[in-house]
Amino acid sequence: MSILVDKNTRLICQGITGKAGAFHSEQCRDYGTTLVGGVTPGRGGGTTLGVPVFDTCYEAVKATDANATMIFVPPPGAADAILEAADAGIALIVAITEGIPVLDMARAVAYLKAHHPNVRLIGPNCPGVITPGACKIGIMPGYIHKPGRVGLVSRSGTLTYEGVWQLSSLGIGQSTCVGIGGDPVNGTSFVDTLLMFQADPDTDAVLMMGEIGGNAEEQAAALKASGKFTKPLAAFIAGQTAPPGKRMGHAGAIISGGSGKASDKIAALEAAGIRVAKSPADMGTTLQAVLKG
Amino acid sequence: MKVHEYQAKELLKAAGVAVPAGVVITEPSEAAKAYDSLGGGLIVVKAQVHAGGRGKGVAVGPEVDRNEALAIASGKKARPEGMAKGVQLVRSADEAVAAAKSLLGKTLVTYQTGAEGQMISKVLVTVGHNIARELYLGLAIDRALQCPVVMASTEGGVEIETVAHESPEKIHREPIDVGVGLASFQARKLCKALGLTGDTAKKGEVFFKRFVQMFIDKDASLAEINPLIVTESGDVLALDCKLNFDDNAMFRHPDVAAMLDTTEEDPAELRASKSGLSYVRLDGDIACLVNGAGLAMSTMDLIKYHGGEPANFLDVGGGANKEQVLEAFRILLSTPNVKAVLVNIFGGIMKCDIIATALLAAYNELDFNVPLVVRLEGTNVELGRKLIEESGRKIVTASGLTDAAQKVVAAAKGAA
Repeated sequence: MSILVDKNTRLICQGITGKAGAFHSEQCRDYGTTLVGGVTPGRGGGTTLGVPVFDTCYEAVKATDANATMIFVPPPGAADAILEAADAGIALIVAITEGIPVLDMARAVAYLKAHHPNVRLIGPNCPGVITPGACKIGIMPGYIHKPGRVGLVSRSGTLTYEGVWQLSSLGIGQSTCVGIGGDPVNGTSFVDTLLMFQADPDTDAVLMMGEIGGNAEEQAAALKASGKFTKPLAAFIAGQTAPPGKRMGHAGAIISGGSGKASDKIAALEAAGIRVAKSPADMGTTLQAVLKG
Repeated sequence: MKVHEYQAKELLKAAGVAVPAGVVITEPSEAAKAYDSLGGGLIVVKAQVHAGGRGKGVAVGPEVDRNEALAIASGKKARPEGMAKGVQLVRSADEAVAAAKSLLGKTLVTYQTGAEGQMISKVLVTVGHNIARELYLGLAIDRALQCPVVMASTEGGVEIETVAHESPEKIHREPIDVGVGLASFQARKLCKALGLTGDTAKKGEVFFKRFVQMFIDKDASLAEINPLIVTESGDVLALDCKLNFDDNAMFRHPDVAAMLDTTEEDPAELRASKSGLSYVRLDGDIACLVNGAGLAMSTMDLIKYHGGEPANFLDVGGGANKEQVLEAFRILLSTPNVKAVLVNIFGGIMKCDIIATALLAAYNELDFNVPLVVRLEGTNVELGRKLIEESGRKIVTASGLTDAAQKVVAAAKGAA
């Protein structure tokens, strides 16, 4: 087993006719994901990558029984694409798009909570989700992953690959790797993902990669302290040397008003009994140490 | 994106939010006319720079030591007689001209600008009011609640962080549903929390609702009115205003985007953003070029962990092309004080051979007078490494994060 995606996942791509959408849809299919179609308004009726293209998500779901979507729609229309997917009954929405206006996401998340509380949104501005050897939805390089029993959750993209690479190099396989994204308002938090890993019998431990800004890491620490997450957990926090007030690439990675500092996050995690890697080179070995107990 | 106080007030005014009347000038001689046009009496002359702390800040010429100015602006040293403050009260047209003269063309040093300070090229001349109460009103995105949240406090005129830290119960919060805006009942709650009554409460309700709507309509990311004042005649006014906007939403707000004052931005950061690169200058001597924000932050941490000091944050993004990588190198190499460069790429979307090709092109085109350490991993890594090795260039390759950090720190120290 795993979380979120597996061999039963039937994927469509919103924005499949764009350059990035087409490239990554092909990569996902080649990895073994069941790609069943794509959506680009105005381009319905054609085919690409050997799958049908539809004008709307409704038509795509009706024709293909899709249960997951990967969104590459450009920022101005991306939040709307999320809502369309949810309204069409797609249970898992993975939004890769970077640069969606924050208030668009605030509207979209409020809409999902009110009208589609059971829809799971991952991202936006994230690398996606992968269950190694079974299903890849996103832009991560598939070959660095190795099937196994460690879950991984991260706010970053390439830093996630680094963590995966370290685990795989140590011979530690992954159950599912989830990139929750670097934006201030997103669909899935660390706490949400940890609870899914807690419920997954095939995940033994979790590596969590956080960064400066917000308090999602502190909430994860509180979850661990409350006893609702009981599996071994290792962490790393990026941005220990970042100065306050400067946005570090991700819209969410900023220390403002004295909150969101790496040192506070590390202190909260350690106080909850979570081992934190001091150097980004030690993420894999820290998880390994935690596994051994 | 940040805007000046006068620009923020223009946006507030256009949205029907009450602000004191004001005129922006760029020449001291315009101050007399501005003074008269505002009806005379008590007038305030305010330096327009993006940094906060202007009231305690000092406007200085090249003759004043900037570290000394910073000590004065931070309250660590007494301000000498005659040294101009960033905000001045005047009572005549002549005083207004003198105040404008003491600011325009000078450098404003505040506790937020650092010793470098900010050049003053505009001054806001604005009506002074008899203040009965100073309050605080702010709006920011709350990530836990996933929506904007209004913050209001009776403790106006002081740093809200201090209030939040010392007496959080004095900050009243109202979460905003972006589709609804500030509901009338929420506006009434805010008035209650701030102790506004009668006609003043009615004015407050209108003020708060329009303020929140402006925030939503213009895709602001942070708004602060500090102080929000109640005048002796019971009016509610934004005496100061700080507004930041969501860069990602500026495509639908050309009017706001046009307010960008490029003289307030770091030239290298501006140059980087034009090429789609995310760059932040830091104080160290080891420059780094990384793909992805999380890995870029981690690379800075790694350099520090191994005893070095990062010179910058630079994220070339997921899909950077050869031109972007070239431009990134140009920016890094033009940074003074850089003693070594570390390239750390985990190729997912960005293939390692693309980076290697760009790297070698940069090496041939630019004056690479500092050691270059390269760590590549990911898609097409073998191809990338082979390109570098066969080039015969003096590029140090590293096999992992720790190896890369140790090599670049050693290289920087060797060059020192």
